[in-house]
Order: sequence, then C-alpha cells, then structure tokens
Amino acid sequence: MTQTAEGTASSSGDTVGMAHMVRPGEVDISHGAILYVEGVTVSFDGFKALNKLSLAIDAGELRCIIGPNGAGKTTMMDVITGKTQPDAGTVFFGQTIDLLKMSEPEIAHAGIGRKFQKPTVFESHTVFENLELAMKMDKGVWSSLRYRISAEQRDRIAETLEHIQLESRAGIAAGLLSHGQKQWLEIGMLLMQDPKLLMLDEPVAGMTDAETERTAELFLSLAGRHSLIVVEHDMDFVSSIARKVTVLHEGRVLAEGPMDVIQNDERVIEVYLGR
Amino acid sequence: MSLTGYRKIALAALLFAALAPRAYALDAGAVQQLAAEDGDAKLAAINRLVTEGDVAAIGLFKAMQDDGLQIFNGRVVIVTGDGVKDAIHGETLVVPPDKLEAIVVNNRIRGALDSAIAALKLIVPQRAERLAAARAVAADAGEEMLPLIERALEKETDAEVKTLLAQAAAAIGLKSPVAERRRLAVQVLGQSENPQTKQLLAALLEKTPDGGYTEPDAAVREEAQKAIRAIDSRAVVPQLLGTVFYGLSLGSVLLLAALGLAITFGLMGIINMAHGEMLMIGAYTTYVVQALFRQYFPGAFDAYLIVAVPAAFAVSALVGIVLERGVIRHLYGRPLETLLTTWGISLVLIQLVRMLFGAQNVEVENPAWMSGGFSLGGGVVLAYNRLVIVVFAAFVVLLMWLLLNRTRLGLYLRAVTQNRAMAGCMGIPTPRVDALTFGLGSGIAGLGGVALSQIGNVGPDLGQSYIVDSFMVVVLGGVGQLAGTIIAALSLGEINKFLEPYAGAVLGKIIVLVFIILVIQKRPQGLFALRGRSAEA
Amino acid sequence: MGPIVAFFTRLYGPRGWLTLGGFIAVVLFVIPLLRLLPPEHSLHLSDYFVLLIGKIMCYAMVALAMDLIWGYAGILSLGHGLFFALGGYSMGMYLMREIGTEGQYRSHLPDYMVFLDWKEFPWYWAGSEYFWLAVLKVILVPGLLAFVFGWFAFRSRIKGVYFSIITQALTFAFMLLFFRNDTGFGGNNGFTDFKRILGFPLADPVTKTALFMITGLFLVLTLLACRYLVISKLGRVLAAIRDAEGRAMFSGYKTRDYKLFVWTLSAVMCGIAGALYVPQVGIINPSEMSPANSIEMAIWVAVGGRGTLVGPLFGAGLVNGAKSWFTVAFPDFWLYFLGCLFILATLFLPRGAIGLLDRLRRKT
Repeated sequence: MTQTAEGTASSSGDTVGMAHMVRPGEVDISHGAILYVEGVTVSFDGFKALNKLSLAIDAGELRCIIGPNGAGKTTMMDVITGKTQPDAGTVFFGQTIDLLKMSEPEIAHAGIGRKFQKPTVFESHTVFENLELAMKMDKGVWSSLRYRISAEQRDRIAETLEHIQLESRAGIAAGLLSHGQKQWLEIGMLLMQDPKLLMLDEPVAGMTDAETERTAELFLSLAGRHSLIVVEHDMDFVSSIARKVTVLHEGRVLAEGPMDVIQNDERVIEVYLGR
Repeated sequence: MSLTGYRKIALAALLFAALAPRAYALDAGAVQQLAAEDGDAKLAAINRLVTEGDVAAIGLFKAMQDDGLQIFNGRVVIVTGDGVKDAIHGETLVVPPDKLEAIVVNNRIRGALDSAIAALKLIVPQRAERLAAARAVAADAGEEMLPLIERALEKETDAEVKTLLAQAAAAIGLKSPVAERRRLAVQVLGQSENPQTKQLLAALLEKTPDGGYTEPDAAVREEAQKAIRAIDSRAVVPQLLGTVFYGLSLGSVLLLAALGLAITFGLMGIINMAHGEMLMIGAYTTYVVQALFRQYFPGAFDAYLIVAVPAAFAVSALVGIVLERGVIRHLYGRPLETLLTTWGISLVLIQLVRMLFGAQNVEVENPAWMSGGFSLGGGVVLAYNRLVIVVFAAFVVLLMWLLLNRTRLGLYLRAVTQNRAMAGCMGIPTPRVDALTFGLGSGIAGLGGVALSQIGNVGPDLGQSYIVDSFMVVVLGGVGQLAGTIIAALSLGEINKFLEPYAGAVLGKIIVLVFIILVIQKRPQGLFALRGRSAEA
Repeated sequence: MGPIVAFFTRLYGPRGWLTLGGFIAVVLFVIPLLRLLPPEHSLHLSDYFVLLIGKIMCYAMVALAMDLIWGYAGILSLGHGLFFALGGYSMGMYLMREIGTEGQYRSHLPDYMVFLDWKEFPWYWAGSEYFWLAVLKVILVPGLLAFVFGWFAFRSRIKGVYFSIITQALTFAFMLLFFRNDTGFGGNNGFTDFKRILGFPLADPVTKTALFMITGLFLVLTLLACRYLVISKLGRVLAAIRDAEGRAMFSGYKTRDYKLFVWTLSAVMCGIAGALYVPQVGIINPSEMSPANSIEMAIWVAVGGRGTLVGPLFGAGLVNGAKSWFTVAFPDFWLYFLGCLFILATLFLPRGAIGLLDRLRRKT
C-alpha cells in the first residue's frame, strides 16, 4: 500500500525535481494544475468512501463537485486538508508539495483554505476577532503572545468586512450572526488566509436567494486569482457559477465536463434519479 | 520447659500407649487417679488411659479441659449443662451443686490433655478425624515422635492419612544425625503436596555464616535440589491454572464493575461519575437483604442471594432512573458538565449512605456454600466465591445481551444511539428510552455491587475505588463496544494477576494503568472501536 | 514611560488596579501589622486565620491554573492535584533535609527511612538539601511530566472527556505509587514534622507571616501573568481552539502546540502553588493526589465562573471558606453541600458566580 503511494509520488515528482527553481512556501504551478489527486482510496471498516479517486484542478479554476449523498465529497476534502489519511494514493499541491505528509495547519499555511459544511466560526469571538485570527501571519505560540495588530492589518480586515458585508457587525459575537452571515464570515476568514486554493463545502446552504446570488458573484470574482473547489447540492447555484463540473459517485469520478454536458449524461441522470 | 515441650513429650508417650493392645472399657482405677492431688499422678493416669487406647477417653479428656470433670463423694463425675454423669459407667446422678468438688487442671496437664486427644484421634474410626489428627502431627512433629508415627503408619490403611504420616515421619527424619536417613527423608518429602515442604527443603540449602551449608552432606543437598525441582515441576501446571483462574476472577470483578458503565457511558455517552455509587448501592442492598434474612429467615440464610440479586438490580435501577429524569437529562450534549454534576451526585449518595449505615464498613456474610475451595494441587486452591463471581459475570453478560438484543427496549436503544432524531421521528419515545436505559445500566451496576459485596469490604467508599478502573475498562475496550468491554476487563484481570508475582499488587496495578494510558494514546477510540466518519467526529 | 503605562493599562482598568492594589496592601501590610499586635488584642490575627488565608491563596493559584486550561482552552483536567502534589513533594524533600538530625531517631535520614532500615538516601534524593534545586524541581517536575504527558495526549488528539478520564487515571496511578513505602516518599504518611526553611524555624510566627506574604505576592503575579496571557492573541487563539478546534487548525494554528504550552504552564503554576502550600500547612501526603481532590479543583472554577480569572479566585475562596466552616460546624453536611454545589453550579450557573453578578447588574 505504502509502496504504491511512494511509487506514484516519485514518478510524478520526477518531472519537477530540480527542473524548476521553486521558492519555499510557493506553489509550483508551472504545469498549469494546482492540485493533483491520484488513485486515492479511503476505507472505513471495509466500506470504501473513496475508491481510486483521481482529479486535477487547474490554477485559477472554479470547479464544482456534485454527487449524491455518500459519494465521498466530504471525505475527499478531508483527505486534501489532512484530516483523513488515505489507504492509498497521492495528493500533490502544485508540482512539489506532498499534502499527505503534512498536518492540517501546515496545509493551511501552504495555501489551502477550507470551509466546512456546517458553518464553523469562533462563536464567542467578535466578527472582527474572527477575521483577525484567520489573517495570514506567523501563527506560532510565541508570536501570538507578543502580537499587536498593525494599521495595515486593520485596513485588511476592514476591507474584508466590506467584502462580506458585515461592517456593521464587526463588534458583535459571531455566535449571534444568522446562518447566512456565518457562512459569509467563514468565507471572509478564508479570504483573510489568502489561500491559493479554496475548498468550499456547501457554501450557500441556508442562504436566502439574494445572499446566494451575492455569493455566486463573489466566487466568480475570486476565480482567476484563486482556485476554488465548490461542493454543492443546489443545482441552480452550480449552473450559475460552474464552468467545469465533476460528478462523484461511490468514491470515484463518474463524469467530468461543462454543466450542460453533465446535465445530459445518462449515467449522471441514472445516479441522481436512482434508476 | 515450655508448654509445647511438655506437650510433645506427653504426645510421644501417649502415642506409644495408643498403639499398645487395647482394652475394652475405661480403666476405673485410672479414671479415679485423674482426681489425684499430685500432678504427676494425673499425668500417669492420662498415660494409662491412652495406653488402653479407648477412644471413649476423648470425651473424658475434653470434659477435663473444660473443668467439667469434678469429684462427688469421692467419685469422678462429668458435669455438663444437662446434669451430672458418672465418668466411668455413664449413669446419670442427681447431685446438689454445692457437693461438687473441682479437679485442679494446670497448664502442664492441659498440654498433656491436648496431646492425648490428638493421639487418640489418630486411631478413631472416622477417617476425617484421623486425617485432621494426622495433619496436626505432620505440621507439628518433634523428633521424639518418629517411632510412634512409624508404628501408626503400619496400622493405617487410608492412603491419604498414610501419606501425611509418612511426610511427618520424613520431616522428622531430616533432623536425623545419619546422612542416609536424611537423604531418604528428603526423597519422601519430594512427593509432598504441602506448600510448606518446599521451605523445609530450601532451608537445607541455605548457607550458614561460617561458609558451609545447613545440610553438611552433599548427597543430601543434591537430593533436596532434586526434590524441590520435582515439587516445582508438579506445581507448574496447577499454579499456571491458578493464576489464569484468579486473573479470570479479577477480570470478572472488573467486568461486573464496568458493565453498567458500558451501557451508560459506552452506549449513551453519559459520563456518570456516580457509577461507582450504583455499585455501592447494590452492595448495601445486599447487606440489607442479608440482615433481613438473618433476622427473619435464619433457616434460609444461605439462599439470601436469590433475593438480593433482583433487589439490588431494582434499587440501583430506580436510583438511576430518578437521577436521569431529575438531573442528567438536562445536561445531554454537555459531557464535561455531566461529569461534574454526577460527581456531585456521588458525593451526596456517599454521605447519605454514611448517615444511614455509618461510616464503617458493614459485614456481608457469604452464604455457607460459597466458602471453601477446590484444590488444584501444588498448594493452589480455587476459592468457591471467586468461582461464583466468574459464573455470575457470565450470567450478567448473558442477561445484558438478551436485554439489548431480544427486547423492545434493546431495539429502541440501538435505534436511539444510532440516530436519535430519526428514532424520535419513528415514534420511539426517546426520553423514556433514555430513562430506562440509564436505569438498566445502573441496575447492572447494582448487580456488580452484589458481586463486590461477596469478595470485599462494603463501605461508603466502595464505589470510589472502582470508578477509575471501570472507566479504564470501558475506554480501553472501545466506547460502545460491549464485546470490547468484556475482552478489556478479562485481559486486564489476567495481565494484573500475571504481573503480580513480579511487580507486587500495587506496582502491577500502576503498570496496568500506564499500559492503558499508552494504548489510548495509540488508539484514542479504544482497542475495538470502529474506524469511520462518525468515530472521527 | 509611555509603553510601560500602556502595558499596565492594557492588563486592567483603573478599577481593576485599585482592587488589586487594595489586595496587595492587605496581604503585605495590614495582615502582617495586625499579626504584630499582642495575642490578647481584639484585632490580633491567629495562626489559624493566617494559615487558612494562606492555604486559600494557594488554592486560588490552582484555580487560576485550572481556569487557564479549562476556562480558556476548554480542556478539563482531572489531574491537577497531581501537579500540585508534585510541587509540594519537591519542596517537601528540601524541608525534610532541613530537619537535619532532629528527627525521632536522630539520624540524618528522615524517620521513615530509618524505619524502613535504609542506610542512605536513594539516588533521586541527591541534591535535595539545596533550596535552589528544590525551587528548580518545583517548576521542572510538574512541568516535565505535564509536557511529556501532554505531548503524547495532544498528539493522538485525545480530547474532551477522554482527556479528563485519562488525567484522572494518571493522578490515581501516581497516588498508588506514592502510597508505596518503597517509592521513598514516606508512603501513606508522606512528609511532615518540618522544622525549618532556609534556617528559619517554621513554628515562628514571623516565618509564618513571611510565607503568607510571599504566597500573596505569588498569587498576584500569577493573576497578572494569566491576565496578560488571556488578553493577548494567544488567549484568543486558545478560546478559538476551545470553540472550534477544526476551524483553528484549518486557519493554520498548530493547536497541539498551543494546548501543550498552556497545559504545561498550568501544571507549573499548580506546582508552585503546591510548593507554597507545604511549608505553611506542614504536611504533604499522597491523598493530595486522590482523584477527588483534583475534581474538587474544577468546582472552584465552575462556581466562580469559567474563563474570567477573577471568578475562579472567588470560587476557590468561597468553596474553601465554606469547607473550613462546614467541617467545624456541620462536619456531616460538608459532602452534601459540596455535592449540591457541583450539581447546582453546573445546572443553574453555567457562567458561575461572576455570570450571576453580571446578570443581576444588568437587571438593575
């Protein structure tokens, strides 16, 4: 099991190797893709949540991932963000960064931000503090102890607050926000991390139509500068933002392509309609 | 000279006497002589009676020991609570108490009487009494008895008594000045089942301060080593079995202590720090039932457990249901708060019991059928009460399995633990299932308490001493895994008992705790937990 | 001057500093002065009173340590009594050496070692006659144990009740270990009959008052250190870990490092409290490590109000004040009271006495 993982790792690493000079901390996207998932298998007591899943995301791409319940969407995110170790397979961030060897905080530092399915913010902190905590900076214990906020950092937070339209709520506890506002705050926190890749698990669940529309606009404006992976059930939302859609089913990719092609794919229809 | 010294000499003399040809009636002259003023004359009389070898003299001697042998009008009589009898012929006499005259029995005479009784018992027809007498001789044999024991051996027909007598003779033989005699004695002792024999032999191999050995002869020492090896090798299997059994028994105790928790904590996820007190309540219920039986049905005392088991279950379950409805249900989803609250409950329960029953431990008497044990040989005895605990643990596991898998409550419980909201939607009364399940867990803890009352002290702090162990068992086995709990409890019991000879009981327990802490580091969800999304959350 | 003033004003506002100043004045001046009064004077403070307040101040330090780890980081330790006891034993070893040959057996060894027929000190007693080494051990022994234990526990992501249960098992195991005579710390009886500290006789009221003042000073310093920590970003990160550890991790915080840091710090604070406790009380034995003791520490924090620092200080004072009153006046009812406190505080005072005060203040 480990052998296959290493084997694939070296073969895909070979092409990179010394050929490009990549500064540490930078993601090497010289081949166009920012994320490679190859042959990833995760099983829980015999049940295969992911079954040799392979997937590549291009830099600057906005990819939607859909699939029925139990298709493995959340497990896939868990693997990419370091929460779950796969039984087999490789996950590379850019050409050089092996995500399977890294912990969650390290992956976050490398430039992957994740929004949970259930909006997760620090409820007893204010909205401002939430963004401050998420802001990209040295996050070690000692620097936290000595940290004082700077004027530029205040500006950045103010900017993001505006972006997610929570300026007026900056001083209240995040736990008091509405469901949709929490979703936005969480997205704002991701933006504060300045990630290269954003992974968003059901970002518009519980949002009003107007909020959903604004979210779609936000995502479209982010694409290009950032890469986004959006997992969503809301088909209207998906078709409003999607350029390329991947359908997962039983832990593997069932279909991949533009939304209109996917919508007419026989297998996809069968999976979704159950016959 | 010490009392035992007198006793040995007297015994030696009496044994001789006992083996002489027997007369068939108590010698009237000798009996009369027992009343003599002079101590030596009394001793001579005792001697003569033993020489005649009539076991009827045992009763006479016993009466004399209890100061029941007295003089009336110059006749020797036996005075009991029922009346006065002639010592020789046994006819009942009517005697005014003030006419009786005591016979003085000093310590020297008492010692002689002890020995005389022991000696006569070696020849009583009842095998059991002969066996006991032979044991006494084997345990406390002086050199002077050797010839007597050897002669008793010739007459003895029972194999077991014979072996004992032979060993008694051999133990004396060890002190013989003749090396060959000693060697033969060692050989005989090598066959012994008596655990003390090994020490006797090991003593021969000890070094004396001047550099030699206690046993000067090399051949005897070699024989002794051989004998010790023989004893050891015969003891290996029984001792191993014994350790396995006592490990199993400790495991069963842990299991009984933890099973209730496996339901309340394992299945329901409630951190019940008052679990130990449910054990305590079960134990005190047993105590009360036992006390009631002693008072009102002393004849049926041995059967009190039949009532105690359901009573303990009911009382603990009731307390559990009250707690769940009154306090715990307000804290679902807040495990740390539950922990503190239930700890508070445990303090209140402890104090309550302390006020009702006192701070001291109470005495819970085992039924008679639980005392004693079954010998495996090699000095290993399996105590019946431990055996009963193992069986009882199996019974409780079976009961629990049936309740969880064969009843509606079990079905509901499994549904509720898997998906509370869904179960509620399907019309399962989840609050009632919660209460009943917590009651079931508490009741089973009460059953554990019945078991604990039979093997240890019952006091207000009983629960506190089991709470850490119980949690360790459930956590180690994997939360929500009943089979895991069973395996964890039994293996902890075994590990503990196998470590004990090397590390001592306390250090063994510490090692086990450290082991558990390490295992949990490696497998935070316990040894047998399922891996999956739900478990990771 | 500017930055220093700013530093202090950040810690507490004027009212806070005033209260703190008042406390310092009472502990360092008023009480010592009252102690100087002759015993027959009505305002004279008895040894008992000073000991009681000194003890409660030690417990208050423990409460601060518990609040840091539980109130802010959300980790409920049921083993802090162990760190308290280890600090106490580290100091106790030094105090035992200070007895010299004045023990019952007139030996240079402690009485219990003579009793066990030991001829010399075991190796781990080496250097125990030096005060500075004792001070170092007070910090290092609980600190190292906490670090190693925490390193393993947080690495394997043991959380919530599991962590609590394991810490309870830890202190239980240590209690059993220290109960053994062979462990070399006096078994059941532990250490007692101390005579001197740094040459000053412990029975002397002046020494007692000095120890009392030092304890007060340490309490204030501990409070300020905790305050500095919780208002820093580190404090906010801790609370973030408490509320949503996953989010904190995915925001790039190595939550394990944070937890390990605060856990170890908290243990060290407990150790210091234990070291101040032992010379005042004059005894340390393994019962300090009993699970019941550690869990009682949690209730000081819960009663006062988690995550407030001041609350747990009050909680420690309140519960222990009540305890010393109850155990004299109604010994049979102390456990009822304590038990009900556990139940009522968690059921009806989720934010403790401080939360209750807040609510009352808001109503009026």
